[in-house]
Amino acid sequence: MASVTQNFMKLFRGSSGGPQTTSPAQTSQKLTRRSSGLGELARTWDTEKSLCVLDLGSTSGANIRHFTERGHRIYSEDLLTASTEPGLVTKDEQGNVVLDSRQFLADNLVYPAAHFDVVLCWNLPDYLDESLVRPVVGRLWSVLKPGGMLLAFFHTRDAGPDSPCYRFHIVGNDTLEMQRIVLKREARRGPTGAVHTAITDGFRLQRVFNNRHIETLFRDFASIKFFLARDNVREVLVVR
Amino acid sequence: MSAPLTGELAQIGKSVVIKGELSGSEDLYVDGQVEGSIALKTNSLTVGPNGQVKASVEAKGVVVQGKLEGNVQASDRVELRKSAVVTGDITTQRISIEEGAYLKGKVDIHGKAEAKK
Repeated sequence: MASVTQNFMKLFRGSSGGPQTTSPAQTSQKLTRRSSGLGELARTWDTEKSLCVLDLGSTSGANIRHFTERGHRIYSEDLLTASTEPGLVTKDEQGNVVLDSRQFLADNLVYPAAHFDVVLCWNLPDYLDESLVRPVVGRLWSVLKPGGMLLAFFHTRDAGPDSPCYRFHIVGNDTLEMQRIVLKREARRGPTGAVHTAITDGFRLQRVFNNRHIETLFRDFASIKFFLARDNVREVLVVR
Repeated sequence: MSAPLTGELAQIGKSVVIKGELSGSEDLYVDGQVEGSIALKTNSLTVGPNGQVKASVEAKGVVVQGKLEGNVQASDRVELRKSAVVTGDITTQRISIEEGAYLKGKVDIHGKAEAKK
């Protein structure tokens, strides 16, 4: 990913001050949003029998209920939170601080090949550390079944650097409830026994992908479909 | 605590560390550390806010407020409170997840007939 993205995907990195706290009123507010990508995916889970779904967003009871009520199996794995694990921080050959993608993939997304019919990425690629984006997409390709589908959201440049990170709850076949993720610090004990403070929520937009970058990111997939939304977000549905 | 209690309740306090197999026929409240396995087939397990359980769990009901690492098999229900951090697969008949709870694993919902197998 580094060779592809290092130069043109840093648009928003560190472009404004540190993480901001959000008032409880802002955080509890849920926004409703129509999603064409979700609507298209929904045709799959309403017609097929038992699907295997991977939800990579913040744990959502609504999503778990949505799929289990329809007889599907759902796996939940909050990759953004997992990426804040202090033990992942390392340095590359140039001495730059990066996240250890090998370790990350040893700890996360550990599933058999071709296991999932659907992967819900939500806005993960926009908020995930750059050193993890391509390795994660590569792993997602391998755990998706041939013909399996992945849904991801990408901000457009007009969204601005302070676009909040949301958790997504499925409330209808093409309707999502979005809830802003708030900053939460948590003390964790690392492998050495030392206590670290990890930021487990409150993520900042890392970069903006244009359509070409998105196509490059998913070049190993069989097809890609874009849905333009009014809220400065492009929805992308890719098929392995 | 609002665990689905069914009468007697055994408690493991927050300074207690247990390694091994735990089984019983009364509800169990764990606020300490347990590593191994927990089997309470007709009773409920509550992992308190200070609880750290690293075990496979088989119970009628499971309520998690603290940390639980291991697969959970509940014949009735599982409740993940907002402070819950669960890593493992959950098999149950009903599940409720509060906003803020963290789950890394699979959720399988089965019917009553399957639960009795």
